[in-house]
Amino acid sequence: MKSKTAYLTPYFLWIALFVIAPMALILYQSFFSITGHFTFGNYEQYLSSGVYLKMTVNSIWYAFIITVLALLVSYPTAYLINHLKNKQLWLLLIILPTWINLLLKTYAFIGLFSQNGSINDFLRFVGLGSHQILFTDASFIFVATYIEIPFMILPIFNALDELNPSLVNASRDLGASAWQTFRRVIFPLTMPGVKAGVQAVFIPSLSLFMITRLIGGNRVITLGTAIEEHFLVTQNWGMGSTIGVILILAMFVVMFLTRDRKNKGGQIR
Amino acid sequence: MKKLTLIITAILIFCGVLFGINHELNAKTSADGQRVLNIYNWGDYIDPALIKKFEHQTGYHVVYETFDSNEAMLTKIKQGGTSYDLAVPSDYTVQRMRKAHLLVKLDKRRLPLLKNIDQRFMNLTFDPGNDYSVPYFWGTLGIVYNDQMVKASQVQHWSQLWNPQFKNQIMLTDSARDMLAIALIPLGYSVNTTNKTQLDQAAKRLDQLAPNTKAVVADEIKMYMEQDEAAVAVTYSGEAAEMMANNTHLHYVVPSEGSNMWFDNWVIPKTAKHRKAAYAFLNFMLEPKNAAQNAEYIGYSTPNKAAMKDLPASVRNDAQFYPSRETVTHLQVYKDLPLKTIGDYNDLFLEFKMFKK
Repeated sequence: MKSKTAYLTPYFLWIALFVIAPMALILYQSFFSITGHFTFGNYEQYLSSGVYLKMTVNSIWYAFIITVLALLVSYPTAYLINHLKNKQLWLLLIILPTWINLLLKTYAFIGLFSQNGSINDFLRFVGLGSHQILFTDASFIFVATYIEIPFMILPIFNALDELNPSLVNASRDLGASAWQTFRRVIFPLTMPGVKAGVQAVFIPSLSLFMITRLIGGNRVITLGTAIEEHFLVTQNWGMGSTIGVILILAMFVVMFLTRDRKNKGGQIR
Repeated sequence: MKKLTLIITAILIFCGVLFGINHELNAKTSADGQRVLNIYNWGDYIDPALIKKFEHQTGYHVVYETFDSNEAMLTKIKQGGTSYDLAVPSDYTVQRMRKAHLLVKLDKRRLPLLKNIDQRFMNLTFDPGNDYSVPYFWGTLGIVYNDQMVKASQVQHWSQLWNPQFKNQIMLTDSARDMLAIALIPLGYSVNTTNKTQLDQAAKRLDQLAPNTKAVVADEIKMYMEQDEAAVAVTYSGEAAEMMANNTHLHYVVPSEGSNMWFDNWVIPKTAKHRKAAYAFLNFMLEPKNAAQNAEYIGYSTPNKAAMKDLPASVRNDAQFYPSRETVTHLQVYKDLPLKTIGDYNDLFLEFKMFKK
């Protein structure tokens, strides 16, 4: 018993120092006004100003779209890769772009989307004339989705990879169509992968910030943008922390909605 | 398991080697003992040839680090983790640092070349008597336009930006005070106003600029303007100089009714360890020849009067960067405002950004 706790000490220390303490500090900071006085004013302002509520709704909406799009692309991709011969190699090709710095990838998109970028060059070439692509909602969502896709593919791929093929064979043997097999067997059994993917994409999407400026031209404002601004420019750490607390709460909500339910047997029907 | 142990051992050895190399490199720089100078400056804000020259002349080893915003620099100096010998805050940040007792009072006897600075740029409100700061560069806020898309006469004044012809054509700089300033000035208010009614009025006016606003960006404004992405941009003279060097269709205007005038200044933070080297470097940079070389390289306006005659006439007489005395009298310098007011500026600007077309 004693040795067991000894083993766990580093773990608890880690959690306390790097997870609980920062969250407690954020909560603590959120109760201070810009002049350093204790106040509930930040929360009051958050709830009453309309600006922040609108921003929150916007962020959640964008994060939702990004997650759905990423899922729609990732599931078929993961499925396909899983059926290919050299699947580890293909997976590596998917992961490779994540090794490139986020900003570099974003700048590459600026080169593609700008007035004299490759896409507008092509549009002009086929006679469609140039269009405003940068600084639109669509371009922001496209780039954000592109960046998040690998984080969605990985867990889904792992879930598919671990799926016992004999279950699929059994389903087919017992007369289920390909669609039925997918809907009743494959999809429910890979649900944990999908949930992990949603967690890995939704939360970061809520707090995206560089892309909102570089691709969205600050016409798209998310909670992440506001936090960055409050900490770096405004120096209003209280308000920044308040939004941080909101984000942490959002994270808990998402974790709760996508949790692994205990009665695993009852889930598959 | 065996494989895992092997990998971990390999990683540990690799880290050890890196650590060793790092230690070795650091040892090299500090081996010279006091012969080091740590400079903390904006990115790409000095002619690297001058640093080489200084090192050559004096034997000091210059460690040059960069930051990208006053606030980031301030935070780092406050925390005091790294001790910088020289830093380059802008005007209102000098005031803020002075109030927070983060700066060393300059010993003017050790700065004989301070007399080279134009008296117009000395003794300003953010640092009366220049007790703590030496002006490095100055500049303005203004309008950059692309002559392929806009005529010069269409962008001579701030109020013209609201013209519906610029629908979705203007790029703004992501900075609360600067953008509220362009709304405050046409209304005839001070850019340092703390009056909430005036601010609200300016914010309302700024919201009306939303349909014309293409994007609110930071440094990228340079790249976008160079690539003809937008017709008009509101930005600083320094940024404008860089854009114009890369795209000859761009021009810069300082509206005659007034604008912001800013200063970047050398200061010595309290945490400085090599003050002698810092003074040596300040004097070196104040030498007319060096100041002129630097101004030509950076393209910003130098406050060094003695350096002016070393600059080519085309630079010296360029009204875009050395505006007429008449215009200069209308320029306003930012003051450090009470925190509460800064909060108001930022909230109003955030609302503007949220304002949909």
